[in-house]
Amino acid sequence: MEAGVTTDRVEQVIFDGLAEVGAERDEISRDATFDALDVDSLDLVEVSQIIEDEFGVELEGDDVKDLKTVGEVIDLVVARSS
Amino acid sequence: MRRRVVITGVGAVTPLGVGADALIDRWIDGRCGIEDGEGQADEFDPSEFMTRKEARRSDRFAQFAIGASDEALAQAGWSDDLPYEPTRVGCVIGTGIGGLGSLEEQEGVLRERGAKAVSPLSVPLMMGNAGAAALAMRHGIHGHTYGVVSACAAGAHAVGTGTRMIEGGDADAVVVGGAEAALTGLAAAAFMAMGATSPSGVSRPFDRRRDGFVMGEGAGVLVLEDAEAAERRGAEPLGEVLGYAATSDAHHLTAPEPSGTDAARAIELALEDAGVGPGEIDYVNAHGTSTPLNDRSETESLKTALGDDARRVPISSTKSAIGHLLGAAGAVEAIATIQALRRRTVPPTLGWEQRDEGLDLDYVPDEARTLDANGNGSGERPLVAISNSFGFGGHNAVLCLRA
Repeated sequence: MEAGVTTDRVEQVIFDGLAEVGAERDEISRDATFDALDVDSLDLVEVSQIIEDEFGVELEGDDVKDLKTVGEVIDLVVARSS
Repeated sequence: MRRRVVITGVGAVTPLGVGADALIDRWIDGRCGIEDGEGQADEFDPSEFMTRKEARRSDRFAQFAIGASDEALAQAGWSDDLPYEPTRVGCVIGTGIGGLGSLEEQEGVLRERGAKAVSPLSVPLMMGNAGAAALAMRHGIHGHTYGVVSACAAGAHAVGTGTRMIEGGDADAVVVGGAEAALTGLAAAAFMAMGATSPSGVSRPFDRRRDGFVMGEGAGVLVLEDAEAAERRGAEPLGEVLGYAATSDAHHLTAPEPSGTDAARAIELALEDAGVGPGEIDYVNAHGTSTPLNDRSETESLKTALGDDARRVPISSTKSAIGHLLGAAGAVEAIATIQALRRRTVPPTLGWEQRDEGLDLDYVPDEARTLDANGNGSGERPLVAISNSFGFGGHNAVLCLRA
């Protein structure tokens, strides 16, 4: 756990990560589903690597496989880092 | 009777530019795409063909294949929909190495940042079948789809394999080709270490001073169709795959068998498959790598297979203009051959100036030549050529083409 991890900071890192793997930036929001963003399991592994680098939170495939929206991943990372 | 196989679309990305016309027109004009000892496909911009997401999910070699396939399918009239039931359409794309640049990059990540930082896209980027997989997804192809790997013969093996698929009834049409993007530090060092590449950085096939091949990159893609099915849908064929054959030297890891016996046998079998004799050959698109060994053994194989006609037929090497595209070479050169026949023009072997002892055939030095003026073609008669491809490992693949 790192000091100063805020929901806004997690949201920003995840939004940037999704854009990095090719999601359209103006379609990215907390409510957006990964299906709608055309983000698949390979993309989520890349985003998980970015999250681990930034916050030290390790997300395994099982952690994210049932998550449907961007907001659910943000909430999970915030919960794990506090 | 065996099904005939026609070519209805071609597309190329090469060091001479983007497009099959750029390839043939610039080569005929005597332009060379080699700079500073390598042939970069530097006019290719992936963003003209694919989204950023598609681009980052494709190694450069697969990106080349995508670009070339878009051109080929558009020319065939396939841009909107496949004209056949998708499971009756195949895709075979050859490569010598696959996604080498991606492999090297991720090897660096592994060393510097550890296993957990390695990209989950590494395997799909580097795998040798990535070109075929990318085209199948892009174009909705559901039939036989795979890569072929036979070093510098892979592109020709892909064309031959697709031809056999149609002849054998496994497909009504097949998208075939080859793609390579191996202008990397490791490949350059490795080819140099084995003495294959040119220390002078000059590609001059069949010239006495030739000292190795010059590496190039790019892709060539052809649309093959069953001739009757193509006719039924009103397609205009560019040419025809008349014959194909492949043999193996079983001689040495890299060196061709000096007498060219098995390469000659591949030429003979391809002509037999095509049902044409040496006297009917108007042009030979040689493998012509600019290595001391290949150009000598290939000359021997042509003399053996074509007999007296070997001295009559004009012979030129595409590698004099674009370098050696490895697993893409056979497909790009099949396209150059068809285009040359359609233009009734033999492009030259650029850089050829000095005759080597025993290399005494007509390598078409200096400038392009019209086939009619040379007395080899006449009027509207379709012209016939062979395109040779030989790969490390002793793989020989020969195509006989007509246009």
